[in-house]
Amino acid sequence: MIEIKNLHKSYKMGSNALHVLKGIDFSVKEGELVAIMGSSGSGKSTLLNIIGMLDTLDEGSYTLDGVPIKDLNETKAANYRNKFLGFVFQSFNLINYKNAMENVALPLYYQKVGRKERQEKAMKYLEQVGLKEWATHLPSELSGGQKQRVAIARAMAAEPKVLLADEPTGALDSTTSYEVMDLIQKINDEGNTILVVTHEEDIAHMCKRIVHLKDGVIVEDKKVKQVRAKNYV
Amino acid sequence: MFDIERWQEIFDTIRKNKLRTFLTGLSVASGIFILVILLGFGQGMQNGIAQEFQRDASNMIGVYTQVTTKEYKGLNPGRVIQLRDENYEFVEKLHADKLEYKSPMYRVFDASITYGKESGAYSIWGTSPHFQQLENAFMSYGRFLNYKDSQEKAKVVVISNKIHRELMNGIENPIGEHIEISGLSFQIVGVYGDVGGEREEEKIYMPVSTAQGVYNGADRLNMMYFTLKPAETFEQSLAESTRFTEELKTYLKQVHTVAPDDLSAINTFNTLEEVKRFYNLTGGIRFFFWFVGICTIVAGIVGVSNVMLIIVKERTKEIGIRKALGAKPISVIGLILHEAIFVTAVFGFGGLIFSMGLLEIFGPMVEVDYVVNPSIDFRVALITVFLLILAGALAGFFPAYRAAKIKPIIALRDE
Repeated sequence: MIEIKNLHKSYKMGSNALHVLKGIDFSVKEGELVAIMGSSGSGKSTLLNIIGMLDTLDEGSYTLDGVPIKDLNETKAANYRNKFLGFVFQSFNLINYKNAMENVALPLYYQKVGRKERQEKAMKYLEQVGLKEWATHLPSELSGGQKQRVAIARAMAAEPKVLLADEPTGALDSTTSYEVMDLIQKINDEGNTILVVTHEEDIAHMCKRIVHLKDGVIVEDKKVKQVRAKNYV
Repeated sequence: MFDIERWQEIFDTIRKNKLRTFLTGLSVASGIFILVILLGFGQGMQNGIAQEFQRDASNMIGVYTQVTTKEYKGLNPGRVIQLRDENYEFVEKLHADKLEYKSPMYRVFDASITYGKESGAYSIWGTSPHFQQLENAFMSYGRFLNYKDSQEKAKVVVISNKIHRELMNGIENPIGEHIEISGLSFQIVGVYGDVGGEREEEKIYMPVSTAQGVYNGADRLNMMYFTLKPAETFEQSLAESTRFTEELKTYLKQVHTVAPDDLSAINTFNTLEEVKRFYNLTGGIRFFFWFVGICTIVAGIVGVSNVMLIIVKERTKEIGIRKALGAKPISVIGLILHEAIFVTAVFGFGGLIFSMGLLEIFGPMVEVDYVVNPSIDFRVALITVFLLILAGALAGFFPAYRAAKIKPIIALRDE
């Protein structure tokens, strides 16, 4: 599903460049649930942003579902993002003046889905994350866990090839974190490919594979026995 | 533009950001409102001043005489110069082709007028039939003096609405009634009113020959009035009337043996010159109101631009989210501009309709000196609204364009 070869990325900080990713070779197959781990500054978020086409790469190649991702302009990137990817952010990034259902329906608007169908689909995904009754509530009226579940529903509504979650539990307490991970596991069980960036061991062990990043290179890449989050909820 | 989905998206945004929408709209609506009211009153002042100047024919030249101030050809200064019938007849014949209206005038102040038991003191003006046009008088009853009256030295008078009301209040139509002036009986043939108002209605008109006869005026005149046939342009008219006035003065100075450089003996006034001053004045007023109006619009444009900048800044994160969800830059710009144009248009036209309605309803009620019926050219107001919409769109475009260009990851980090 994802093929990355010899990926380099550096940021200019004034006069000196900060080399964040120093040659990453990384691939993900369909249906995998991968945790990307590393301390802060290890480059894990940068890797995810490049995979998510929110950021561009300097060197190397990146292929997503057989499509080489290169020479991206904003319009093309927007197209790919809309078609291939769903995002879940640490800070939820819901639009605060739209209610839960409208937030979930938003990616469908950019897929040119009609209003009626958008709302029906949004309701379906809200139901899946258990927030059907909260459809008309604004993000400010929801708890952190609920917000993240709305964000996951929104990411799933576009029916993406890959779900990218950047510290999805970073702003949540452990119980809520496990609820969210339970949801992610369930989505994965249905065959969706998911990448989770985290620095929490327990969250990482709820995935099926852990990739360790340190100072811009992959230091460890191992399959693990998945811990079901349901047991902790 | 006709994308129904986008309209729905915009209405959603507007519905959920009422304060933001209201503030943007308010700056647009108030800009338009102030401009319309301002320009309306500018027009009102112009109307008011124009009305003040309507008292007399606007191209009238008047001549009157005083005493000489300079010694000339052995004659002492201090001589009284007297206009006479022959002077008037000479000018009338010499310039017959140029003159439009003309009248000599012999005047008696404070003549005592009696009708039945009522009496009062008014001026008697002996004039020609043309005096109606010269004074801008209109007839309420009957007719003005005519040629036959002058020829026959008929004892007929034209009184004003004011005199009619004061002396013969009970009589609906005074035509054919007789009034006594200094012991002599005169028949009323007409009642006039003056556009300039009641202060111009203190006069009783009779043929100049009659007035001269009754008051032992012989061939003496107090003044002579002329208007010239209008030329093609205002400038030509002004030039012609100035030349005519000079010729008139030269002729009168010659026949009355007045020094050519005596500025006091022969006097003229030319309302056309006043009209020119009036045009300059209203031009100045109009310029002033336009200047203030344009400043207001500029302030409005700056206001709208400011609000648009803030809105885009405030929505940077939202733009980032939308882009992460697959919004193309063009759709982001479109969304913001569409909303900006829609809001400015609705509030702009709202302000326009509100202020124009106010002018329409209350304008005619305004009764202040020098302000009459404030109103505004609809096209001007319309153009202003479009200008504001354009400014709002432009002001929204650049920050929207920049926001749509930045990488979603940076927009998302914006807290």
